[in-house]
Amino acid sequence: MSPLPFDPLLVSIAAPLALALAIALGLPKRWSVLLAYGAFAIPVLMALHVWWHFGDAAKDHGYAFLTRYSTGLDGLGIGLKLGLNGISLPLFVLAALVGFAAGLYAIQSGAERLKIYLMLLLIMQGGLMGVFASVDIFFFYFFHELALIPTFIMVGVWGGRDRSYAAMKLTIYLTLGAMVSLLGLIMLYVKSGAHTFDLIALRDHLAAHPLAATVQNNIAGLLLFGLGVLVSLWPLHTWAPLGYGAAPSSAAMLHAGVLKKFGVYGLIQVALPLLPDGLAYWAHPLAWLAVIGNVLIVGLITIAQRDLKQMIGYSSVMHMGYAFLGIAAGGIIGPGGVVFLMVAHGLSVALLFLLATAIYHRTQTFAMDEMGGLAQKTPVLAAFFVAATLASIGLPGFANFWGELAIFVALWKFSPLITALAVAGVVISAVYGLRSAARVFFGPPTAELAKVTAAHFPADLTWKERFPALILLAALLFIGFWPKSLTTPINAALTPQISAKIGNATGR
Amino acid sequence: MTLEAVKLAAEANQWGAIFPELLLACLALALLALEIVLPKKLHAYIPDVALAGLVGTLGGLLVNFHSASLGKESFNGLLLHSPGGQVMRVFFLLTAMLVCILARVSLAKQKVPRIEFYHLVLIITGAMMLLAQSNHFVMFFVALETVTIGFYILVAYFRTKTASLEAGLKYLVMGALSSGMLLFGIVLLYGVAGNPTLPGHSASAMHYPALAQFLVANPHNFLAGVGIVLVLVGVAFKIGAFPFQIWVPDVYQGAPTPVTAFLAVGSKAAGFAVLLVLTRDVFASYDWLVTPALTAMAAATILFGNIAALTQHNVKRLIGLSGVSHAGFLLLGVVALSGPVASVSATGAIYFYLFAYLIASFAVFGVMAHIAGVDDSEQTLDHYAGLAKENPFLATILAIGLGSLAGIPPLAGFMGKFFIFMAAFEGGARWTLVLAVVGVVISIYYYFGWIKAAFFEQWTPPADTADPRPARTPVNVVSGIALGCLALASIFIGFYQGPLGQWLTMK
Repeated sequence: MSPLPFDPLLVSIAAPLALALAIALGLPKRWSVLLAYGAFAIPVLMALHVWWHFGDAAKDHGYAFLTRYSTGLDGLGIGLKLGLNGISLPLFVLAALVGFAAGLYAIQSGAERLKIYLMLLLIMQGGLMGVFASVDIFFFYFFHELALIPTFIMVGVWGGRDRSYAAMKLTIYLTLGAMVSLLGLIMLYVKSGAHTFDLIALRDHLAAHPLAATVQNNIAGLLLFGLGVLVSLWPLHTWAPLGYGAAPSSAAMLHAGVLKKFGVYGLIQVALPLLPDGLAYWAHPLAWLAVIGNVLIVGLITIAQRDLKQMIGYSSVMHMGYAFLGIAAGGIIGPGGVVFLMVAHGLSVALLFLLATAIYHRTQTFAMDEMGGLAQKTPVLAAFFVAATLASIGLPGFANFWGELAIFVALWKFSPLITALAVAGVVISAVYGLRSAARVFFGPPTAELAKVTAAHFPADLTWKERFPALILLAALLFIGFWPKSLTTPINAALTPQISAKIGNATGR
Repeated sequence: MTLEAVKLAAEANQWGAIFPELLLACLALALLALEIVLPKKLHAYIPDVALAGLVGTLGGLLVNFHSASLGKESFNGLLLHSPGGQVMRVFFLLTAMLVCILARVSLAKQKVPRIEFYHLVLIITGAMMLLAQSNHFVMFFVALETVTIGFYILVAYFRTKTASLEAGLKYLVMGALSSGMLLFGIVLLYGVAGNPTLPGHSASAMHYPALAQFLVANPHNFLAGVGIVLVLVGVAFKIGAFPFQIWVPDVYQGAPTPVTAFLAVGSKAAGFAVLLVLTRDVFASYDWLVTPALTAMAAATILFGNIAALTQHNVKRLIGLSGVSHAGFLLLGVVALSGPVASVSATGAIYFYLFAYLIASFAVFGVMAHIAGVDDSEQTLDHYAGLAKENPFLATILAIGLGSLAGIPPLAGFMGKFFIFMAAFEGGARWTLVLAVVGVVISIYYYFGWIKAAFFEQWTPPADTADPRPARTPVNVVSGIALGCLALASIFIGFYQGPLGQWLTMK
């Protein structure tokens, strides 16, 4: 238990949701904005608190801070059970940090109908904290959907170009993914015979009564398809760049940075321990799909992008390919590297989306052809952008490097050929990353940009914009220079799973 | 007749057991009497009397939910008072209350008599409550016909509108056809079960337990099979299941909005209450016939409802066809119940779904009643343009209602779908379940399109012509509170099922 007199996990979920409800019931705007600072900060404080105390907290099956609240569905084996293990802890902290940054950025952006905008963002934030704190699979799914709904509305109402089309496409794709994964989860519930959605109880039950191979394959197939759509597995990825291109910056930060990780997280947290044989069955098709589709094809498409925001959207699709590769590779290092990469990518992509919007405010365009030479006028913005780009490419010193490295190491044992192709992807990401930085910030300014900047001289990044960006960049560097802060809990969570599996195999 | 016989008959007729229904009937008559007695300027308060009466009846029923007659038959087996029947009574009373609230908004825009409308609503509600508790085909048919005849009048209530009259005629013809089939099925069952050469025959084969006994003794009788199919067809008309849904779009469009809501929620739920009793208790031994028939019907209904709703521009047709797809999802729950491995949670899942559907539907219908102009049958998506800006309250209610209908978490509709899907998986209806998932994804398109019309579209009034959108009715206190409660209930039940959930998972 934590030394706090209340449950930090429940508070971090409830605080944003409570404020969202208060806004919906007619809280005045001044108070809404003022309290929003608090509602976004509370999850960060709680997350840092649990992170600090995680090491010496009492644990059950690797889960610390366990509490259970009944919602009246005990008969079905459903209850709001909260807790964190070494896999969910890093993502819980990530959700809190990115949410805080996105919230701060939203407040300073002064969007139209700011109150409603903040309300939706708060619902997203509460849902996200819930996703990673839930030990009950039903609530894990439930909170994901809760966080997903505001995205649709935010894209549709506050979005940019093609917002109506993008919102519709996003909704249909993500509903498809969510419904198919729900089908998989229901199948898991019924077939396991445990009559519970509690992950810990399910794990114990399935360790004693493993599922038949075909059942595992079917469930794993459903989950891979459903969650794959949610994580933009090629060729069902087309919603992502379009949606992110149209989404307002804070929504894109939270969705691309955190919410999209739900699918990969689900595979690692649910499918890996419960359906190991099912995942192994699909490992090869999944790895080929990820490396050819997500890494190479989407990587090349990313190079061809002219629109800065779309490019970032495509690059996030590409990086999710590495996450799938890590899951396919298996072992401890593969999934461990994926968790690491998810945190790192979440921070860097959120930072990139934030900076892209900051650039837009100065150039009035997302078209990279019409920019150039911005570094002379806005050196701080340029420095941030270059740093974020280098992080996203995977330069040592940034968190992303460790994640990708671990995945490649694990992948080598799985298939050297796929590893070679995946490493080629790093070159691709270097090409588009550096090219975009060069086009936007260096070289002579284009005629179009000169016209815009002549009318409004572009100011450098203001402190209100710098602060959320600094949070994200600092976290990236912190993890990059001290990876042990993440690897210790991840190792602790993954090792018993794998050794249990080996024990099972030798026991048979 | 001796005194003894009269006494026995009086004891069998436990009038107390149907006190709520009697109360509604008296209230209905009292409304007409009040119209004669009261001076004209007080007539405006008569609907309030109806509403107050309904609230009182509902309160009494809830207080006395575990009544003494629970689990017993009354009126010589005509009625069986079961917990499920109590639940449906509450359901129909809630429906009637909401219909009355909608009617206050809708009828104000028309020049039609007022009081008779509430009178008919009360009569129909009483009949539906009896229908849900019927334990005998005579009671079943009489109650069903009372409901249907009441609806003939209500559908054609806006008698100066051709659309309403046309809808009334269509409903009359289709209703007569379905009643005929139903009656034919009942007669076949009665005849074959009364055949003295067959084992388990009974002189009172209209009584459900007697019929069930006969069907168990003759599990493969051809005539009984035909009878069962015809009865199911008759019920399928009422719930609007494919291929007996053809009347739905036209009737839903033409009928006054409160009546559309009453049809969509009350009539459909009554059909399912009956179907539940029939498939679970009476036709159980014919599951080899009932299960495949219902499975095919469920699959076709889900697909047809969703695909047909895709292209609708008129919101009344849209909600009618989406209601067809909801009938399909509910049928999936019934399939889970009648299948070889009966799911224990299916009954609870169906009741939960019905309540979630009631709450969400009335939220949407409530908004529709406010948006509609004088021409009640022409309500298109265009009329919703700019709603979010001009009336954020109604727009929010609409979004919550539609979101719940679409089954989006954390709203109640999602929990309903989730329970049904779980039950269907346990009941072994795997492939239909896959179709249902496809149906949900399709439904997102049109529900979301509606929300889009209200929220995303910027409305610029045309410069040369008048605003084509009808004037919106301002929201008064009663309907405002009702709509707000419905929206909050949708959210609250989605998050926390509490005692509802415990009751739901009761074995």
